[in-house]
Amino acid sequence: MSGIDQTKRRIPLSERIHIDLPLLTGLLILSLFGVLVIYSASGEDPAMLTRQVTRLSIAFGVLFIAAQVPPHWLKIITFWLFVVGLLMLIAVPIVGESHKGAQRWLNFGVVLIQPSEMMKLIIPMMVAAYLSEHTLPPAPKQQIAAALLIIIPVLLIAKQPDLGTSLLIASSGFFVLFLSGISWRIIGGLIISGASLLPILWLYLMKPYQKQRVLTFLNPESDPRGTGYHIIQSKIAIGSGGGFGKGWLNGTQSQLEFLPERHTDFIFAVLAEEFGLLGVLVLFTLYLFIIFRGLMIAAQAQETYTRLLAGGITMIFFTYFFVNVGMVSGLLPVVGLPLPMVSYGGTSMVTLMAAFGILMSIQTHRRLLDK
Amino acid sequence: MISALKDHRHESRMFRNRVVVAGGFVFLMVLLLVARMVDLQLFQHDHYTTLSDDNRVHTISLAPSRGRIYDRNGILLANNQTTFRLEITPNKVEDLENTLQRLQALIKVDDEDLERFHKEHRRSRRFKATPLRFSLNEEEVARFEVNRHQFPGVRIQDYQSRYYPLHTLSAHIIGYIGRINEQELQELDPTTYQATEHVGKTGIEHYYENILHGTPGVRQVESNVLGRVIRVLEETQPTHGDDIFLTIDSKLQAIAVEAMGSYRGATVAINPKSGEILSMVSKPSFNANLFVNGIGRKDYQQLRDSKERPLFNRFLRGQYPPGSTVKPLVALAGLELGHTHAEDKTWCPGWFRIKGYKHKYRDWKKRGHGKTNVEKAIVESCDVYFYDLAFEMGIDAFSQYMGQFGFGSRTGTDITGEQPGVLPSREWKKINREEPWYPGETLSVGIGQGFFTTTPLQLASAIATLANQGQRMQPHLLYATQGAGSETPQLQPYQPLNQLPILEQKNWDKVHDSMRRVVHSKRGTAKRIGRKSKYTIAGKTGTAQVYTVKQDEEYNEDEIPEHLRDHALFVAFAPLEDPEIAIAVIVENGGHGGSVAAPIAKKIMDRYLLESHTGTNG
Repeated sequence: MSGIDQTKRRIPLSERIHIDLPLLTGLLILSLFGVLVIYSASGEDPAMLTRQVTRLSIAFGVLFIAAQVPPHWLKIITFWLFVVGLLMLIAVPIVGESHKGAQRWLNFGVVLIQPSEMMKLIIPMMVAAYLSEHTLPPAPKQQIAAALLIIIPVLLIAKQPDLGTSLLIASSGFFVLFLSGISWRIIGGLIISGASLLPILWLYLMKPYQKQRVLTFLNPESDPRGTGYHIIQSKIAIGSGGGFGKGWLNGTQSQLEFLPERHTDFIFAVLAEEFGLLGVLVLFTLYLFIIFRGLMIAAQAQETYTRLLAGGITMIFFTYFFVNVGMVSGLLPVVGLPLPMVSYGGTSMVTLMAAFGILMSIQTHRRLLDK
Repeated sequence: MISALKDHRHESRMFRNRVVVAGGFVFLMVLLLVARMVDLQLFQHDHYTTLSDDNRVHTISLAPSRGRIYDRNGILLANNQTTFRLEITPNKVEDLENTLQRLQALIKVDDEDLERFHKEHRRSRRFKATPLRFSLNEEEVARFEVNRHQFPGVRIQDYQSRYYPLHTLSAHIIGYIGRINEQELQELDPTTYQATEHVGKTGIEHYYENILHGTPGVRQVESNVLGRVIRVLEETQPTHGDDIFLTIDSKLQAIAVEAMGSYRGATVAINPKSGEILSMVSKPSFNANLFVNGIGRKDYQQLRDSKERPLFNRFLRGQYPPGSTVKPLVALAGLELGHTHAEDKTWCPGWFRIKGYKHKYRDWKKRGHGKTNVEKAIVESCDVYFYDLAFEMGIDAFSQYMGQFGFGSRTGTDITGEQPGVLPSREWKKINREEPWYPGETLSVGIGQGFFTTTPLQLASAIATLANQGQRMQPHLLYATQGAGSETPQLQPYQPLNQLPILEQKNWDKVHDSMRRVVHSKRGTAKRIGRKSKYTIAGKTGTAQVYTVKQDEEYNEDEIPEHLRDHALFVAFAPLEDPEIAIAVIVENGGHGGSVAAPIAKKIMDRYLLESHTGTNG
């Protein structure tokens, strides 16, 4: 009895409920910061605030539940998840529903499911599960198999069309491969072949609106009233924010509605306008903190599967963040990606929080397994 | 087992390396983002601040209120009145058609109002209030206010409207303002007129637009992407336009209008010493208030198509033959240029014939005037004397001398649209008729007929010059101005023009005295107004032919239609000893100057000299 008591005393409460406190703190601060900015971007709309807080509560609930699932359980169901996900992706063009010109949803009567959203998490899980069957680094045969596991769903998603998500998934798979220790020569080769794939992408896969986005990205001023408008107004918002910003609720670009999509994809511009470079650096620090904590969890993980999965998840989060900020500040073309944990909206947030739950599970179940 | 353990350790090391590389990559990429932010937010901050301000800050011009117009005694002629209009803000109204229907049960809205509302409604932004009805009366305002809770999005707005309290009186002088049209929009200064809806169209309102308009204020506002104003950042109040005082005496105007009775025509009274126009009437007149908010189609057609031509500015644009009223000036020309002398007598048999021609130029008096000197010629208005004199003088000397009195050229008074009249000369005929001058034409011109035409203003100005011993004064209407913030009106100085040469003072005296006899002697053509006059009047009657009587015909007033009857004219100045008023009266189709026009002039002079004498400027 006393032994058990001692064991219990040694393990803090947070670990017993499988929560990683640093990560949770980082995520909480980040989402509170987001709530603050959303309140401003929505024109001080309390209803929107309530909805976001509700959504966050649900997402944190999902995180908590996911954190309870031991990683080896996950590994067991991963293959089946992958199969189901792939089948759903194949079903999308046949029976899927279209919104805004893209066919991405499956209607299950009760819920609309966006298979590509789930695949963001399933693919790194699958690649990690597959590669963990053998010791790292993987043999060439396994590398090719892993590449196929990535490319097939990516192509299916790109066809929907959903270029942003497909590239995100491709990069998440790629990060897992990278972490698995494939040789630098192959990485170089992948990058080169990826680059040579671009013309094919341009010629056969990209829809006119996607091409337009890229063209606009290259020269936003060419179409200031049309697609270039977003990026021009966004840069004005960021640039006019200056070092310390115009103050909370005082950003003219957002409050006067010059900035489109200000509480969703372009929320970073609102933050940069109202809180200035200082606010931006605080935000970046929060993201870096979360990312480095994630990488630390990956480094401390003791199984191949959990390592790769933790690393993969962390890098997806980074990619989200980088692509969104890059696009809002005019460094990257506009692809419809939200700023993780900050943007208003629920679809991706739930996936993301489930991923963080897994990350916490990896961290907290490790020590229990040690016993 | 050992190899597996080794593999495991190797894998751990390799994996940690990769994690470190990934961490380094993340860090580098975040640094890239930081660099981008530093570039945008620090280095390019000023540039983007400018762009941001351009986005949000807009300048709104505030319309100044227009200067008022007074007469010389401070009687208000043009005022800004607060009136009420009914406005609808479309995006606050749920069912526009229903609202309009219910409104019409409360307030009269006619088809023209609805038409204009729908037109404007389609053009303007949905949150901008669009006027439905102008000039609501108090009862309508009250009726709406009681029911206003039933009409969300509908409101009553007060606004400044121009109002001419004397309606038709002086309308031809004051003119009116109207909504700025496309052409004016091109010509007006866009910054000054950005917020202004109205501009002076005619009369003083047009001529002194610059004085009356004022300086617009500026309001810097922040507006959102839709252009809706969010808040005011800075505001400079507009400065209202200067008030204008006219030389006109409204009471004199009323007297003149009353004296004209139902006749059409014009009267002009000028202070000969200053050139101040004391009274100037064109009859019939119109109600200038009709034009301010856009005159209705029906009203305009009625004014435009009326045979009486109320919109026609007779004193400024009416070109009438001066008839016998020019005779004193012709006589002066003859005396001064030495073509005749005070004692010289001409035999008047009732007609005149140029040697070698058959054509008889008739005198108005069939029996003739007998032996006639210059005095008798003026007093009895003998035509033959002036046929002879004009023929003697020749057209060149005639038009040169008469030109000095301003005939044939605009007086340059301060209303636009003035007509110059016609002072015939050889060149004039060559240019306008492409014909040489015939000697016979000199005769008609010598009695103020033929090609000779003058505006009533010109005629009054010429008589004022005669009264003022040849010192010409610029006829004008601007008496004083009073700017924003100044306590008293600033008087306008007079503008003396040139002094006509006086060769012999006795010639001028002779003409003045002869004109006195026109009024104050038994044989004078205007003796009926002289009989009981309390002051000495110098005058001259005139009759201008509208209808040319053929050689073998006789003019019989009763037999020809009214609109072909002669115009009756009278010119005068008084008191003779020290003239303070010079006057010209033209009564269209009035018949005889002595019986119709002279009494009108007398009433105006009586009023000015006996009752309302306010003295001259300065």
